[in-house]
Amino acid sequence: MFPRPIQQASTGAQWLYTIALPVALVLWLFPLLGVALTSLRPASDLAQGNYFGMPSGIAWENYVYIFTETPIGQYMLNSLWVTIPTVIGAVGLSLMTGFALAVYGFRANILIFFMFVAGNFVPFQILMVPVRDMTLNLGMYDTWYGLALFHIAFQTGFCTLFMRNFIKALPFELIEAARVEGVAEWRIFWYIVLPLMRPAIAALSVLVFTFIWNDFFWATVLTQGVDSQPITAGLSSLNGQWIAQWHLVSAGSILAALPPVAMFFLMQKHFIAGLTLGAVK
Amino acid sequence: MTQASDTVAVAPVGRSRGRLNQRVIAPWLFLAPGLFMFAVYVLWPILQSITLSLYDWNGLYNQDGEFTGTFIGMGNYAELMVDPAFETSLWNNLKWLVLYMLALPIGLFIAIFLNQTVTGIRLYKSLFFFPFVISQVVVGLMFAWFYAPNFGLFYTMIEWFRNDGAWIIATPFFLLKLLPLAIFVILIGRITFWAARNAPSRAWSNIGFLPIALLLVFAWVMSEGISQYYQSAWTELVASFAGKGIAILADPDLVTYGIIAAGLWPQIAYVMILYLTGLNNVAPDQIEAARLDGAKGWRMLWYVVLPQLRPATFIAVIVTVIGALRSFDLVSIMTNGGPFGSSRILSYYMYEKALSEYGFRMGYGAAIAVVLFAIMMVFISGFIWKMWRDEKER
Amino acid sequence: MVHKKTGALALVAALLLSTSAFAQDKRVVTWNADYDPIPLAAAEAMIVDFEAANPEIDVVLTNFDHEGYKNAIRNFLTADAPDLANWYAANRMRPFVEAGLFADITDVWDANGLNESLASSVLSSTIDGKKYAIPYTYYQWGIYYNRDAYKAAGIEAPGEGGVTWEQFLANCETFKAAGIDCVTTGSSALWPVAGIFDYVSMRTNGYQFHSDLAAGKVSWTSPEARAVFAELGKLQPYVTANHAAIDWQDAAAIFVQNKASHYVMGNFAVGVFKEGGMTNDNLGFMVFPEITAGVARAEEAPTDTIHLTSGAKNPEDAKTFLAYMASADAQTKWNAAVGQLPTNSGSSVDAADPFLTAGFASLSTATGGIAQFWDRDAEAEYAKAGMEGFQRFLVQPEALEEILAQLEATRLRLYPM
Repeated sequence: MFPRPIQQASTGAQWLYTIALPVALVLWLFPLLGVALTSLRPASDLAQGNYFGMPSGIAWENYVYIFTETPIGQYMLNSLWVTIPTVIGAVGLSLMTGFALAVYGFRANILIFFMFVAGNFVPFQILMVPVRDMTLNLGMYDTWYGLALFHIAFQTGFCTLFMRNFIKALPFELIEAARVEGVAEWRIFWYIVLPLMRPAIAALSVLVFTFIWNDFFWATVLTQGVDSQPITAGLSSLNGQWIAQWHLVSAGSILAALPPVAMFFLMQKHFIAGLTLGAVK
Repeated sequence: MTQASDTVAVAPVGRSRGRLNQRVIAPWLFLAPGLFMFAVYVLWPILQSITLSLYDWNGLYNQDGEFTGTFIGMGNYAELMVDPAFETSLWNNLKWLVLYMLALPIGLFIAIFLNQTVTGIRLYKSLFFFPFVISQVVVGLMFAWFYAPNFGLFYTMIEWFRNDGAWIIATPFFLLKLLPLAIFVILIGRITFWAARNAPSRAWSNIGFLPIALLLVFAWVMSEGISQYYQSAWTELVASFAGKGIAILADPDLVTYGIIAAGLWPQIAYVMILYLTGLNNVAPDQIEAARLDGAKGWRMLWYVVLPQLRPATFIAVIVTVIGALRSFDLVSIMTNGGPFGSSRILSYYMYEKALSEYGFRMGYGAAIAVVLFAIMMVFISGFIWKMWRDEKER
Repeated sequence: MVHKKTGALALVAALLLSTSAFAQDKRVVTWNADYDPIPLAAAEAMIVDFEAANPEIDVVLTNFDHEGYKNAIRNFLTADAPDLANWYAANRMRPFVEAGLFADITDVWDANGLNESLASSVLSSTIDGKKYAIPYTYYQWGIYYNRDAYKAAGIEAPGEGGVTWEQFLANCETFKAAGIDCVTTGSSALWPVAGIFDYVSMRTNGYQFHSDLAAGKVSWTSPEARAVFAELGKLQPYVTANHAAIDWQDAAAIFVQNKASHYVMGNFAVGVFKEGGMTNDNLGFMVFPEITAGVARAEEAPTDTIHLTSGAKNPEDAKTFLAYMASADAQTKWNAAVGQLPTNSGSSVDAADPFLTAGFASLSTATGGIAQFWDRDAEAEYAKAGMEGFQRFLVQPEALEEILAQLEATRLRLYPM
């Protein structure tokens, strides 16, 4: 394995590594640690200018405050309303499109595939004005479903790439055998391929959840009020109101980051599998 | 094992036409919903934006729901050519693109650093990956706090360096000055040593190095001047911030770099995971064979490991380039493009022109978006072409 | 009845309350606003008073966050218009008026004699001869100073007549030596520095030139415009460093902590100063000093307005509410709670509040004219270009020629000869 396993190095090097790991981690997560600490610092500390000294107490009330006095709970609920349907929709649609592109050979196959891939990379700004306009005209502006519909459509690009590559790697004999039996295509899809897709569905769901939860641009463009804004846009607008109240900004940030982080720690394997598909030949 | 791609329209034996037709129609039925959504929300809007860039529109419809824009042809593009904010944005995007590529070597280095099997390494890997999982809005807020003048961690650290920790900066200069002198002393020592050992030939061969030694003394004298110059330059730099410290987000020259640093944080995490996975799949027998041949360290990395990491590198390049050019959240949260527009990038400039409080020039914004789209299409086409070649090889 | 959308519990409560409202069969007037907490409470009180006087009308207020509202209004005016909406006067409302999204309410003005009682705001509420706004509050700008900072630097606090420009600059030098910022501001959102520029401009060249400058009628490279920057340049070395990275509230914290001695700000900042611990004893107010002798004194007094939308579902009752908001009593009460000045000449100002009294006095004696603030006097795009230029000048005064050239280029593009 590369680099040389540390167990083979001298004791000194091993000790050095053992110390270097936590030090490196602390340095790497410096901003995060700082913000987490600030979120628990009492407001009085900050008012007196005590930013890095010993906190005069652990201010859990900062978190209580943001839940009771600000709509942060509503924002997080909105995020759920947008994210979960998107995951279901995008994964569902891409299962079908990925299946179509992986199993059938037809002339336009590769063209459509690359169109999905390229579409996933376009800058959001080229879509901004028309999508916003259309959402407004359809009366879906400032609703969770308006935002979710856009995300479902856009994420289909990335998800199709993912699913298509995954299905391609499945043994084709299964499908061939089913066809010989005279099984209809949709039954092949439903009963044969779908059950094999579980790891892919898990990985993709976790990834899409994270991407949509963390999306800021479209949340700002397609939603406005407290009723429908997800946590990213909500945090941005709260930040505008909490000038110089860093303990609240920090607490809000930590809170906003928690769900994807929890999801990540619970489903690490799937997360990483999803991200690194294609990183190996 | 046959792959799905091996089957094309093979004439079925004893199959009804119904079945064959079903197989021709089936893919389109499966594709239909996804394709429809994609066309409506991605393909059609791209065309609409391009069309809109030829108009001057403030985004409002009048009472009867009519479009209130006027056609101006290439007018928006002509204006872009001479717009200084556009130029600034382009330059900044270039900085983003170039500096974001740093994520690759740094990510690789961290992946190599973490690629050991000590206890708890899985937790470390997860924690190192952390920054990617959190929203860019949160990253932006964290770094805004980090850079904040008067109390930000970064600001405080710099102030400490300036006042109490200046010796840490002075030491390397000092050591640099000593280097030529040290080499000279060692050389003289070697000559003396061999001369004392009654090995005149060896002493003479060392004396051959004397001209070099003299050159080094000359260099030492010069280096005195050079290091004085750098020290005074440093002192001047430090003095220029006197009284106001280094507030990254307020300094028009440093602000873009500060934001790029914030963006690199999650990007490095992503590249790190890609490389960790890649490293896991490096063929161990090749490594063993190379080790037996005596390769180690850099040579091993460059000649044996990196070629095997090529697919990971390809994906890392794609996501890094796309990430650099598409970046929006950080600029929006940290500086709103300021101070006075010095941290603007194309994606944010477009948003400013189209949707912000002082903007609402949708046509002009669409023109900026088209330019950004064109730039990105260059890269996207490159990626697609490479992927197509890979597909053909399969 | 007020509906404020602030959280899941509130949502449920609102649902329950609204069903009870429907049960009583009231006519609903919807109102979208962007109030900070203090004005919001005042607005709620006003609604309660109005509903007491008009029991068959239910006014539903939906509050937005201040910055998000500027975006939101463009959407809801077309998509789902409320009956009433907050906005600003003068050029700021022009795009909506021209798109026909604000309704003509000249009849409300005429029917309630507002042309007399709101005389000072007639110009800013009119576009093309018709009225589109009801102004209900304005607040003056000026220089707030910290008496404790003066004491710390050993300078005598300004008296009744304020200070002269030369004296002000000389004081700044002393403050700087004592380690105190003479003038503080937070230019991250751009508009605070426009206040400083406006005053220097109006004091140097008078109201008319400034108004022409905002309208794009005069050149940035003209000697008069250069004179403004010259005077601004005298102030520049004493402004808080790093102002480009902080917001006005951060700068207010600097002011309150005695690290700065002056703040060119609007009246709404007084509440924030007092929350930070300042009192009537250490907080002072003075009008901006005269720069060019003999120039008639003009003041900045941006006006907040309320409008009837074209898509209103209940315009009749909405007009009744508009008339109520324009009345002297409602304005007295609202402005007393918020600490701002009523536009209705029949309203009264709390004589015990030194800042309101001083503000009211400064506006009543402003013979030079009343400006609406740079980002309302100037059209949106031009306003932003201007403000970026002002911010840049305060950070990089040496780049003056470049700044002027860019501003001039923008002016010629937007207002071709």
